[in-house]
Amino acid sequence: MIRNDWLSLAFHAVFIAFIAAPLAIVCAVAFTPLGYISLPTSGISLRWFAAVADNPRFINAFWLSLALGLVSSAVATGLAVPAALAIARHRFPGRDAISGFLLSPLMIPHIVLGVAFLRYFSQTGINGTFASLAAAHVIVILPFALRLVLAAATGLDPAIERAAVSLGAPSFTVFRRVTLPLILPGIVSGWLLAFITSFDELTVSVFVSNPSTTTLPVRMFLQIQDTIDPMVAAVSALLIAATVVVMLLLDRLVGLERLFVGKGRQR
Amino acid sequence: MRSRRLAPYWLSAPALLVYAAFLVVPMGAIALISFQHFEFYGGIQPGFTLKNYAEVFGDGYYWEIFGRTFWIALVVTAACAILGTFEAIVLNRMENPWKGLFLMIVLGPLLISVVVRTLGWALLFGSTGLVNKGLALLGIDPVQFMYANIGVIVALTHVLVPFVVISVWASLQRIDPAVERAAVSLGAGRAAVLRRVIVPLAMPGILSGSVIVFALAASAFATPAIIGGRRLKVIATAAYDEFLNTLNWPLGASLAVLLLIVNIVVLQASNRMMERRYKAVFNEGGT
Repeated sequence: MIRNDWLSLAFHAVFIAFIAAPLAIVCAVAFTPLGYISLPTSGISLRWFAAVADNPRFINAFWLSLALGLVSSAVATGLAVPAALAIARHRFPGRDAISGFLLSPLMIPHIVLGVAFLRYFSQTGINGTFASLAAAHVIVILPFALRLVLAAATGLDPAIERAAVSLGAPSFTVFRRVTLPLILPGIVSGWLLAFITSFDELTVSVFVSNPSTTTLPVRMFLQIQDTIDPMVAAVSALLIAATVVVMLLLDRLVGLERLFVGKGRQR
Repeated sequence: MRSRRLAPYWLSAPALLVYAAFLVVPMGAIALISFQHFEFYGGIQPGFTLKNYAEVFGDGYYWEIFGRTFWIALVVTAACAILGTFEAIVLNRMENPWKGLFLMIVLGPLLISVVVRTLGWALLFGSTGLVNKGLALLGIDPVQFMYANIGVIVALTHVLVPFVVISVWASLQRIDPAVERAAVSLGAGRAAVLRRVIVPLAMPGILSGSVIVFALAASAFATPAIIGGRRLKVIATAAYDEFLNTLNWPLGASLAVLLLIVNIVVLQASNRMMERRYKAVFNEGGT
């Protein structure tokens, strides 16, 4: 096994600095005591975090994004689990077409989905409603949930289920007591990834939301377009902190690299 | 046995119905209005016209936007491919716990909103000017990053490079360590092992990661909108302006349709190419 020499380690150090720098600066600026964007060189202050807590626009956007993420990830996972079981466990005509179709939103740029939803929802008169945002998000995040559930269901040994059936378990009991527990890690990680993707989504939401249904990323985007102040940095720092917690959780649950590599390998 | 044969269709039916209502219909509708005429005072007119596409292809303004978009996407793809491949190789040669820790630091940003990550670059380039202060220490003249291609390229590279790291990482896991040892025992130096053994074996990962990066870079919205600003438009931000500012939806729709076509062609063509070229690799490793 070849070890890293000093040159590779120097490259690695620069690379990690490159990855961390923009996140570090956001967190640093969030603690500035001054009224404008600056590094907290003259002391640390929590005034911008207090300003976030007092700002109903950010607070409302946060709750909306949270509710939207929970609803759309639950719906997406609920739709993805049976579809993944069908694709992973059965051989049937049209199987490849169905799995390709269900994964196809991954190939469509979000800007295209965004304008398509804007046109569709404004024609049906529901643009800007919570339901329309949730429907749009379900389409965007379902492939992520599907891939992870598919990966879990594909790895399942059918002999285990046959054993349960041969011992006289009715089919629903087999599902509830055997299949479900075995693919549960896949379902939970698929749901979490779907939730995060929904919570972070900007490009589709920017078209579908209106001033009363503004998600947090959209709120931040509009604010940044207007002026960049330490308050956006404080919101961002809070988001980074929350993401780190979720990330540690996901790493425990599935391992981060499996989460991202996790293509539902279909044979 | 009939119900058994129909089971997979029942199981996937709910998802398929939702897709039919909320994906097929909206995509069809957007393709449709890209062929309709827009009146400034009357809105979208019924009928069929190729006028919007003629306008996009006939106007130097849109050529410039398309050119800029694909130029940025190409440079970002090259940067991500090079940086991401080397970082994945370095990570792969590390021992735990460092390996796990740094893998998490490199991949973790994928879970953080693009708005937050781009804001970080806006702060580094603009308000604090930290990047230019750093360059000054190295004796380099200040560079205008905000509202310039170079700023969009740097920020997008940061946003997308984890995709190359992860896909190269995945293909490195399939390399038998004995291959590397064999090369060394036959007298190959570090550079030779890298160039003639590791990189060729990791090539499927490098290519598939690069394709993802190119597709995402060409359709990126948040980063070009924040770093590039209003004047430095790419396809995605131009479509956004047509829809939410100029309100010429048919023209915006034709931009969106063209972007979608380019995206699908690039993804499909590279998939075909890779499957043909690396069939053996995928079949052996694909268990």
